[in-house]
Amino acid sequence: MELSAKAFKYGDDINTDYIISGKYKFKSADMEAMAHHAMEELDPHYYDKVKPNGGFLVAGKNFGMGSSREQAPLVLIHSNTKAVLAKSFARIFYRNAINTGLPVVECDTDLIDDGDDLVVDLEAGVVRNLTKGTEIPFPPLPPVMAQLLSDGGLVEHFKKYGGFNL
Amino acid sequence: MIPLPGKTIAEKIFSNHSGTDARAGDIVVADVDFVMGQDGTTPLAIRALANMGVTEVFDPEKVAVVMDHSSPSPLEGVSALHTMMREFGKQTGCTVYDVGEGVCHQLIPEKGHVVPGDLMVGCDSHTCTYGALNVFSTGVGSTDGAAAMASGKLWFKVPDTMKVTYEGALQPGVFSKDLILYLAGQIGVDGATYEAIEFHGPVIDELSVEARMTISNMAIEVGAKAGLMKADAKTLQWFEGRGEKTPNPQDPDPDAAYARELTIDASAIGPQVAKPHAVDNVSPIEEVEGTPIAEGVLGTCTNGRLEDLAIAASILKGRRVHPDVRFIVAPASRQILLDAIAAGYIQTLVEAGAALVTPGCGPCVGTHNGVPSDGENVISTANRNFKGRMGNSNAFIYLGSPATVAASVIEARITDPRKYFAG
Repeated sequence: MELSAKAFKYGDDINTDYIISGKYKFKSADMEAMAHHAMEELDPHYYDKVKPNGGFLVAGKNFGMGSSREQAPLVLIHSNTKAVLAKSFARIFYRNAINTGLPVVECDTDLIDDGDDLVVDLEAGVVRNLTKGTEIPFPPLPPVMAQLLSDGGLVEHFKKYGGFNL
Repeated sequence: MIPLPGKTIAEKIFSNHSGTDARAGDIVVADVDFVMGQDGTTPLAIRALANMGVTEVFDPEKVAVVMDHSSPSPLEGVSALHTMMREFGKQTGCTVYDVGEGVCHQLIPEKGHVVPGDLMVGCDSHTCTYGALNVFSTGVGSTDGAAAMASGKLWFKVPDTMKVTYEGALQPGVFSKDLILYLAGQIGVDGATYEAIEFHGPVIDELSVEARMTISNMAIEVGAKAGLMKADAKTLQWFEGRGEKTPNPQDPDPDAAYARELTIDASAIGPQVAKPHAVDNVSPIEEVEGTPIAEGVLGTCTNGRLEDLAIAASILKGRRVHPDVRFIVAPASRQILLDAIAAGYIQTLVEAGAALVTPGCGPCVGTHNGVPSDGENVISTANRNFKGRMGNSNAFIYLGSPATVAASVIEARITDPRKYFAG
């Protein structure tokens, strides 16, 4: 799967409260409505910037630390975030992203600046930075996660097999 | 052939639950002993189950949903989510802990749903709390939770383990909260990502079971998947009368292979405070003493247990909360509230000026019960101080022990509690 979009770059240790504040997650179960508040603590205009043409959320280390809220990857998906690229991910967010179908790429994001045009090739394991003319390799997903992502997430995996078939 | 080393607690529990010789790095599909969700995460799990076409849970005795994060409901949207959870309980027969029962992480062990040696998952990141009880418990998202509710299984990567040993003894006025805040300051918010931590040493042995839970509760704050301890005589005694299940304690082997080992001299640690807006932004209390505060919070899954209320009551007995401070107290469960009433702690705290709220998460997650105003500082016994965590991005949250919070609300500024423990 090849994904193309612009990079929207943020810092290290972005927690799930910043991705979607706890005060919103209880107001409703409507992810489309909640997505307007995605990343609000760090960038009040994230939704408006990313929604029209899509984008890659690019961050430093430990992206998604904190709570287990699945609303975090879901509001990113609903704000048209194509994938999250970070130097490292917090464990629960990483699983939630795969389970809900949001691609996560662990790579050297120092080689990406805000606004760069990127192509992410998930199978080949490479980020092509069209703006800089560079390529950033990344290790493939562990087989279990690759299978879940290719099945379309954990719900689809369960529908397909009636349980775990890993 | 070189013999394999011994096993960590995590490797033993995963071996027992997957029918394999589980070693760090292995991926296993394991049987879970219990699955829990709360009101912020269960609705998405219910939706995932519906999308899977699943109408039953694998075993209603092994699933519980808890209304604690925004409870009683402050908004019609939350009321609808709570209704959805009650209907799920009726449909599946799982246990429902409704408004006023308490925080999920107190209720699950208190009601005997898990015992030492168990493997459980909860749709809440602080599910790691029961590691103090020798349960491999870890937080997962709603879809993972739904898969576990449907099948009684989940896939796991068996984690490497970091061994943390607390040597020495605690100074008077210093508590388990200070030990875990100190560790966060040392290793950082991603210091143990993808790993389990085992907590060992004479200081842990001396702690009460309740105080140990404070430490394991915050394992996630350094990125850990679990914060495990051995089950000793105190642990087993704690479980007496809490249910039918038989504990199956899992000690690490003496020659277990640890990814890293860290020894901390607890004798040298004073009260610690995590400053805004990160849990690893930790200072000795001397560096923040005098910082004005407008709100104090005693409670949450970190420090809302009977011993925490007792410590605060011992400091506030015969004293008054400063008139410029709101002091909010949220016992972690109905049982703790009852025990605290019987012991006189509630009388003491309320007479001193505390505002008592429903057993549950209190103001920790910013949904209700004390959202701070712009520019205000809060001192809280909770586990997170992220910007906006308590519902206002323009407020500043400091984290400390129940003693530090109690001492601070008297003076309306961050105060070293050790003066109340001298001599």
